[in-house]
Amino acid sequence: MKLPKLPAPPLPNALQPRPQRPGEGEKRGPVDHAKEAGISAVDWVDERTSLSGGLRWLMFRKVPKGTNWFYTLGSATMFAFLSQAVTGVFLAMYYRPDAAGGAYESIRYVTNEVFLGEFVRGMHKWGSTVMVILVFLHMARVFFFGAYKYPRELNWIIGAVLLILTMVMSFTGYLLPFDQRSYWATIVGVNINGTGPMVGPFLSDFLRGGAEFGATTLSRFYAIHMLLLPGAIAAMIGAHLYLVAKLGTTAPPWMKSDGDDRLTEDRV
Amino acid sequence: MSDPRKTPKSKYTADRDMPGAFEGETVTRRRFMTLTAHGAGAVAVSAFALPTLGFAAGSALFERPEVQWQSVGAPEDFPSDTYVPKVVTEISGIGEVGKTTVYMRAHNERIDGPVDESVPGTGEFLAISTRCMHLGCPVRYVEASARFICPCHGGVYDFTGAVSGGPPVRPLDRFYVRVQNGQVQVGPRYSVNSEFKRFPSYRDPGQDLDGIGQYLYPGRFSTPKLD
Repeated sequence: MKLPKLPAPPLPNALQPRPQRPGEGEKRGPVDHAKEAGISAVDWVDERTSLSGGLRWLMFRKVPKGTNWFYTLGSATMFAFLSQAVTGVFLAMYYRPDAAGGAYESIRYVTNEVFLGEFVRGMHKWGSTVMVILVFLHMARVFFFGAYKYPRELNWIIGAVLLILTMVMSFTGYLLPFDQRSYWATIVGVNINGTGPMVGPFLSDFLRGGAEFGATTLSRFYAIHMLLLPGAIAAMIGAHLYLVAKLGTTAPPWMKSDGDDRLTEDRV
Repeated sequence: MSDPRKTPKSKYTADRDMPGAFEGETVTRRRFMTLTAHGAGAVAVSAFALPTLGFAAGSALFERPEVQWQSVGAPEDFPSDTYVPKVVTEISGIGEVGKTTVYMRAHNERIDGPVDESVPGTGEFLAISTRCMHLGCPVRYVEASARFICPCHGGVYDFTGAVSGGPPVRPLDRFYVRVQNGQVQVGPRYSVNSEFKRFPSYRDPGQDLDGIGQYLYPGRFSTPKLD
């Protein structure tokens, strides 16, 4: 079966090719050459990947009337995650998951000795709180605007999974400074996991890597925090964004559907 | 089914109008190749997924630690009317993190009743764990009120370790204690329920061991063997 060819989404005015102005004919300065080099490089990639169609599909979408600042909370959450990912990668350059004292010492070194260390660690520490707050604000926006309804239920489910992954991220990251607070908070957190009936005892043993909080607990939390979860979160964000682009966004609940007779109810 | 001469006779292929299906064939070659490709993929994935899963969970759930007995002092060091704090190592190799405080006293006939001789390691001395049975914070013994008090959420235990207030679900854990070569030695941990019934496979804090709780929170496979 031959699929019908869909019209390409329109380019915004700023990106439309402009007609040549009179008298501009042959004069080409270095800016034009640089522009042409850039265009031909992009064209080279596009000719071999056809990426531009997908990018235009993703970025130049029609949004409903009434879209407002509340609709930026999802992007804000994503940028909070990107900030956590980048600062986390650089913190990993100094961190040592060593329960015998090396972990605390490496955090102390980052905070007190490394140039901008306190700043980058502070970004990661406070950014985690910001991310959790943004996740909840984004969720509240979707809930109160009714944006979770058909056909967007699956995106709500993916969002709920992302919320849980963010919480696990916070839980595993809290142990890593390995001071008194993080140690006892993790003891309490693992024991809360252990109170689940039937599976609880095995879950807490799995988290600790044994019956007691031991040498492997810290490295286990570190591996979950920096390898397992970021990959899972990034993949889920990809699916989340795909569905947003595919299904489009909803109008705020206070917007009336004017103009389309098929959508207005007959009053009796 | 245009040409009756080529109609497959086999009941297995009767519903498939597919070239290549012949008499006696139970699965078409196309389906066989599909199954083979999927099967090969499944084998390849389990080849790395199953070992890593076992690696992550196996020793955590099934590895049985060695029983260690640590000397904490002479028998006369421990009175029967108050507790003496002693520090023992639960996990070696990680310094301070692997140590825990144990509150110890001698058996007190008036409070604890007669010694149960049938269980070795639970008779003459009592070693009480500082792990709060609410969520695992460290309790401390307060001499003035003769009670164990938890700083986190206000759990209170009486002189025998039984819950006398707050959120904990069962009495404080205990350790087996033996006397060898004139030294009191502390061994593995065990749990008790509110009637002081002994559970050799110790449970995590927050796990109730009364009534249905003892079945909802099964013991671990890695319980150290005491002998």
